[in-house]
Amino acid sequence: MNLDLVVSIALSVISAATPLLLAATGELLTEKSGVLNLGVEGMMLVGAVIGFGATLGSGSAILGILAAAIAGAALALIFGVLTLTLLANQVATGLALTIFGVGFSALIGARYVGQPLPPLPKLHLPGISDLPVLGPIVFGQDALVYFSFAALFGVSWFLYRSHAGLVLRAVGDSHDAAHAIGYKVTRIRYLAVAFGGAMCGIAGSYLSLAYTPMWAENMTAGRGWIALALVVFATWRPMRLLLGAYLFGGITILQLHIQGFGIAIPSQFVSMLPYLATIVVLVAISSNRTRVRLNTPACLGQPFHATT
Amino acid sequence: MPSRLEVPSRLEVPFRLEPRGQHSRFWAWASPLVAIVATLVVSTIIFAALGKPAGAALYTFVISPVSSLNGWAELSVKAAPLVLIGVGLAIGFRASVWNIGAEGQFILGAIFGGGVALAAGDREGFWILPAMIVAGALGGMAWAAIPAFLKTRFNANEILTSLMLTYVAQLLLIYLVVGPWKDPEGYGFPQTRLFGDAATMPILVSGTRIHLGVLAAVVAVGLGWLLYAKTLLGFQLRVLGQAPRAAAYAGFSGPGLTWFALLLSGGMAGLAGVFEVGGPIGQLTPSISPGYGFTAIIVAFLGRLHPVGVLLGGLVLALSYLGGEKAQIDLGLPNAVTGIYQGILLFFLLAADLLIGYRIRFAGRRAVAQGGRA
Amino acid sequence: MQMKRRTFAQGLFGGLAAGAGLLAAPRLIGRAAAADPFKAAWIYVGPVGDFGWSYQHDQGRKAVEAALGDQVKTTYVESVPEGADAERVLRDLASAGNGIVFATSFGYWQPALKVAKQFPNVKFEHATGFKRADNLATYNIRFYEGRYIQGVIAGKMSKSGVVGYIGSVPIPEVIMGMNAFIQGMHTVNPAGKIKMVMINAWYDPGKESDAAKALIDQGADLVAQHTDSPAPLQTAHDRGVKGFGQASDMIKFAPDTQLTASVDHWDEYYVGRVKAAMDGSWKSQDVWGGLKSGMLHMAPYLNMPDDVKALAQKTEEDIKSGAIMPFMGPIKAQDGTVKVQQGQMLDDGAIAGMDWLAEGIEGQLPK
Repeated sequence: MNLDLVVSIALSVISAATPLLLAATGELLTEKSGVLNLGVEGMMLVGAVIGFGATLGSGSAILGILAAAIAGAALALIFGVLTLTLLANQVATGLALTIFGVGFSALIGARYVGQPLPPLPKLHLPGISDLPVLGPIVFGQDALVYFSFAALFGVSWFLYRSHAGLVLRAVGDSHDAAHAIGYKVTRIRYLAVAFGGAMCGIAGSYLSLAYTPMWAENMTAGRGWIALALVVFATWRPMRLLLGAYLFGGITILQLHIQGFGIAIPSQFVSMLPYLATIVVLVAISSNRTRVRLNTPACLGQPFHATT
Repeated sequence: MPSRLEVPSRLEVPFRLEPRGQHSRFWAWASPLVAIVATLVVSTIIFAALGKPAGAALYTFVISPVSSLNGWAELSVKAAPLVLIGVGLAIGFRASVWNIGAEGQFILGAIFGGGVALAAGDREGFWILPAMIVAGALGGMAWAAIPAFLKTRFNANEILTSLMLTYVAQLLLIYLVVGPWKDPEGYGFPQTRLFGDAATMPILVSGTRIHLGVLAAVVAVGLGWLLYAKTLLGFQLRVLGQAPRAAAYAGFSGPGLTWFALLLSGGMAGLAGVFEVGGPIGQLTPSISPGYGFTAIIVAFLGRLHPVGVLLGGLVLALSYLGGEKAQIDLGLPNAVTGIYQGILLFFLLAADLLIGYRIRFAGRRAVAQGGRA
Repeated sequence: MQMKRRTFAQGLFGGLAAGAGLLAAPRLIGRAAAADPFKAAWIYVGPVGDFGWSYQHDQGRKAVEAALGDQVKTTYVESVPEGADAERVLRDLASAGNGIVFATSFGYWQPALKVAKQFPNVKFEHATGFKRADNLATYNIRFYEGRYIQGVIAGKMSKSGVVGYIGSVPIPEVIMGMNAFIQGMHTVNPAGKIKMVMINAWYDPGKESDAAKALIDQGADLVAQHTDSPAPLQTAHDRGVKGFGQASDMIKFAPDTQLTASVDHWDEYYVGRVKAAMDGSWKSQDVWGGLKSGMLHMAPYLNMPDDVKALAQKTEEDIKSGAIMPFMGPIKAQDGTVKVQQGQMLDDGAIAGMDWLAEGIEGQLPK
């Protein structure tokens, strides 16, 4: 296998993994606060269409991404009002949010169908980006790829190194205790939900601005669900998201290569590989029950109402 | 103590919730009506914004699908798989077993049951239908047994495993219908032979599409209700639903409960699968389910994890799908509007459940409440 | 405001009353006043916003509206699943007074057959199907003719002699397209090869793009696709190779990359059939139109040298005139067995049910 092939496979894996990583990072923070928002797919779609429309309208991808983040957060706040203030069931409300997001994005996206957009520019540092192997992989990505890493490390730092993160985890682990100490459980959860929505919006904009620069209905094609599964896969530990997103993205690319080599296995079985591999690795890393339980937000999905 | 009565934060709306001592029976029934009225109001505004006469639009969405007997029949056909899956999921969710892979179990039920139908070919025999139905249930159970095994043996979270297995199931179905089970006379199209007459679910009301699966859904609701109301297990499940932590006290074994919940919900999803392919579809194709397994999750919660509620929830969602079709046909509204409409309806239905457990005290009355306590 | 409120009240109360009354009596349909426009309806498997298969059919519907104006009223229902729902939607459309209903996906064949039987006075048309009835016609496009031209261009343009081909699921439509492509390619470059990847999804721009990357990484320097989104072309552009558009002209997405595109062109067919249904000349038939009948268009030949363009145009003319038959023997299958003898030609039935891959294609079909 030559070096060029390795590099270009690596590049493909990065773009397949980035939307998953972005959305999963946001959802992980939301879930750490004890809120399960299954509306990832819907928020991604709305982010994708708003990001596309705003970029097309303003000519600025930065504004587009910003608009996508705001749109994702706005949608997440609908979820927040319903589940945090009105104490609606989180699982069902999240699913309803996806239904709503699919419809909403399709309605406002109708005018963008068939419209091209130049892709998000990639970093180019003269000399450095042209280095063999490392150059294109490390120094030749678009801004959202770097952002996905920054966000992941930022969330990880926030959760485990900052006081606010400690509070957020406390809220997710025992909202009653956190409330008794005097933390504003509902307010913290609102912020976590909005952050998760913004990240899903950005993940969507990665699809419509960088991955495949266009808008088409339902273009997320289930990536929101995979991102949700990856949070579970990571057993709620941020750094494991990196493993999950790149494992899933990597095997997705690998299975396409296996097919391209003309191997004598029906393509459907090869296409199963990313899903099966995710299960197998999850099994391998879940055996330590205590550790998994420690990382799982104990109040995940439970409504909180301050009774005192 | 006035500090207790502070408005919690600026993010929150100017009312507070006061828990009722026990769940309100009145609001258990009245809250959906509040939600429906709220949906009507909001959707009136939306339709007006889209330039459609709002009254006619609402009529089209809500009433025209069931403005004929056949409309009711179609409603029941559409709701049947949702209810069948939803009843199983509701019981599982009560036990805090998060099977979100009912879609995959539905597909495996269709594959197993369809396999029996294809093996039977054009043969006659009273045994064919029962064999299909049993096979369908077994198929769903087998697929759900994988997450159950991985959960109990390896502690692997069933949310992930059951979801991933759904994709695997879909690919397996595609493989079968483009490969070994492909109809040799079907011009190579991705489909099996049509099932024989003996392998087709009987129509219960002639002139409609009401098939055996509709009856099965009703029976499932009845059995589910009996389970809840009359058995110890049902009692324990109800307790669990209200206080999951009580599982430990109730003497429930984690593994046993996981197996029970997954096999039951998987088996029901499998049944829905075989009824669907043996009924209105009549063969295996790659697209046998428009996401019933996922929609049924909403149905389960909409029905407050109670079998009778699931029945109502299934009918509501089925009606919204039928209404969406009518809105496209009669009003030329794009399908996207259906999604928005469904989303809003669900938002309100879910939010209105609040009224069952809480009283709402608005800001204006807070002084009274305060005074009362002081 | 006043006006609106009254409509609302009327609609709501009228609706409730009607709802109550109609439980007993089925709704009367089709008031046949002379001034009423003729009603025609379409059902689509995807959203009209897919910019692919369903989008092109909807362009055809709009062409009918443009051509016939006030004389017609068109309706469409999008994203109709191919399972149990299609039958209900077809029946609803027939009951709503439509004179002709187009079912635009293969999976609708059985519901179309059933509903056609129930509504003998309504004309039905089923795209890509093969089951007909007195009031159920079938129609399709010979997409493979366009593939043959693409193959000829590929033979000239590919330096590596390897073309990457992205498909959804190995159905005959995809297989005949690939086989026609390699036949065309072999007329120019007998050593030409196709590498194929099936993404096993009906719709996923991201995965289409990933598949294009994988194929280019494996040495393909041209990308052909039997999936609907412009994503593979965008990827081809990124990687500096050329490609072919599918279903619609995607030149806007890849101005310096798209060599040509096979464009589904349902417009005239739909206009003609709706007119025929209006004037009573409609008959059940099986139409499998191609370049000659105008149902298939080739997008302008661009981004290629003049000699290749000339060859492509000549090939197009020859297919139209019948001088070139894409499935003229000899054609060998992958394993070397002769599938079509020298001088013989595959008949339409054999083409429509194609389940073997021709020599020069790498990869396997599920058995």
